Amino acid sequence: MNAPVPEWQGEGSSRIPFWAYTRDDLYQRELERFFYNGHWCYVGLEAEVPNPGDFLRTAIGERSVILVRDKDGALCVVENRCAHRGMRFCRERSGNRADFTCPYHQWNYSLKGDLQGVPFRRGVRQDGVVQGGMPADFNPAEHGLTKLEVAARGGVVFASFDPDVEPFEQFVGPEVLPWFDRLFNGRKLVLLGHSRQRIPGNWKLMQENIKDPYHPGLLHTWFVTFGLWRADNRARLQMDRHHRHAAMISTRGNAGRAGEATSGVSSFKAAMTLNDDRFLDVVPEAWWNGPSAVMTTIFPSLILQQQVNSVSTRHIQPRGPDSFDFVWTHFGFDDDTPEMTRRRLRQANLFGPAGFVSADDGEVIESSQQSFRADDRASTLAELGGRAVEDTDHMVSETLIRGMYRYWRGVMEV
Amino acid sequence: MLDPARYVELLRLYADYAAVLDAGDWNRWPDYFTDPCSYVLQPRENHDRGLPLATMAFESRGMLKDRAYGISQTLFHDPYYQRHVVGVPRVLRLDGDDIHAETNYAVFRTKPSEFSTVFNVGRTIDVVRPTPEGLRFASRRIVFDSELIPNSIIYPL
Repeated sequence: MNAPVPEWQGEGSSRIPFWAYTRDDLYQRELERFFYNGHWCYVGLEAEVPNPGDFLRTAIGERSVILVRDKDGALCVVENRCAHRGMRFCRERSGNRADFTCPYHQWNYSLKGDLQGVPFRRGVRQDGVVQGGMPADFNPAEHGLTKLEVAARGGVVFASFDPDVEPFEQFVGPEVLPWFDRLFNGRKLVLLGHSRQRIPGNWKLMQENIKDPYHPGLLHTWFVTFGLWRADNRARLQMDRHHRHAAMISTRGNAGRAGEATSGVSSFKAAMTLNDDRFLDVVPEAWWNGPSAVMTTIFPSLILQQQVNSVSTRHIQPRGPDSFDFVWTHFGFDDDTPEMTRRRLRQANLFGPAGFVSADDGEVIESSQQSFRADDRASTLAELGGRAVEDTDHMVSETLIRGMYRYWRGVMEV
Repeated sequence: MLDPARYVELLRLYADYAAVLDAGDWNRWPDYFTDPCSYVLQPRENHDRGLPLATMAFESRGMLKDRAYGISQTLFHDPYYQRHVVGVPRVLRLDGDDIHAETNYAVFRTKPSEFSTVFNVGRTIDVVRPTPEGLRFASRRIVFDSELIPNSIIYPL
């Protein structure tokens, strides 16, 4: 059994106790309060279920859900849990169905999740006598699959178990929504594929990774050396009013050596050149409206990536306090030329579980969790740029992490 | 039908390739490819659905060299050993001098102070071409069954 949750030391959110990453009781509370209530979670792209009957099995928190396009074209999300005996009945990752049937006792559901067939509901006649059957007051309307709230915007689909969840646009907020809409501006998305990795660390560390503009120009040699993301880039950090979502907005600046951004930075390699520079064959696109990289966190489940020409969604699926699955969905747009598609795929080498810049994010998360697990009494420090929670017009700050933990403390009552 | 001497050469290519990777000799890895070439490491899920996204996708010896440099100089990672176990190549067809072949493989990973674990399992779909230096891969598509990557893949397979 867990001891009571220790008291958070200090008023602010700039020192995060290691136990925030390790305790099972807090993790269960996070699932309830962030993933299953009050928040919209990512489920997939409309482009993954283009036709009526197309479905995609995915997850919200630890619960398995199915995104499906109904016969009338509507997007539905239902829980992958039979209302009879609780079986997780959908085993395929994706496909096309006219309806759902649980193999255990063949309870049958419409794509919307309504129960439409129960074998032997009215019993079985034997020797002129009806045997068994469901009670007379059995009402199929009460035994459908769990139906989730659904919001789709710009081809991206979110769902919530919470019937009282606020409207999606309000949830994201007017500060961050424009950055969402910049990437998903109504063009049809084209699916390029998925990458899946299991990272042995707490799920919040991945949110923090994309709320931390401090590390990319230090950990990631490619970012600092080629000027893709580093401390002297023109940048803004912007949060929603709850400080749970954020956008890190950056415009590619200098490559090569330049003042404090590179001096003493051991990962900066002035003499490094690529043998094949097609990895970084960057072509600015009109929809960028300037920034060459915008990394957006939609709390708790999603990261949106635009790094030059590579765009993806990254889906956080927690699996206990010490592990999460991280699913990347790379896409393009239906007006992309073949050259642009090829460019997006080449630049995808920078990202994902083997990416020139992303592979080490998973590695540092694993290494951090090892410390947290060994002794949860210490704390991390996130005080670059001070201890306040505020938007900035530079990236030399950990304010977004502080913002997230201010929000976390409030919702978690910690 | 591949003549036996050529088949032995093919076996040597596969054995040497695995040996170089298992020795961590990254700078020699590009030598096993033609230039240009195709090296694609891809989840089976994408391959089977005809989706192009790969975990790594390189098109030249230069790109392979950039990866080798990345491993030793730019990517922070937990060091680990790899051990390839590669099945007997199955020659599918000959196309001029090119040999189209497939192999099954399993790669085990051993991290410092840890047990050896199954890291990645799948098959390779290869086009092998005779060159003055011997047989080389013109194309290697490594399609892995493994549904999840255990955190990261740093070294080539």
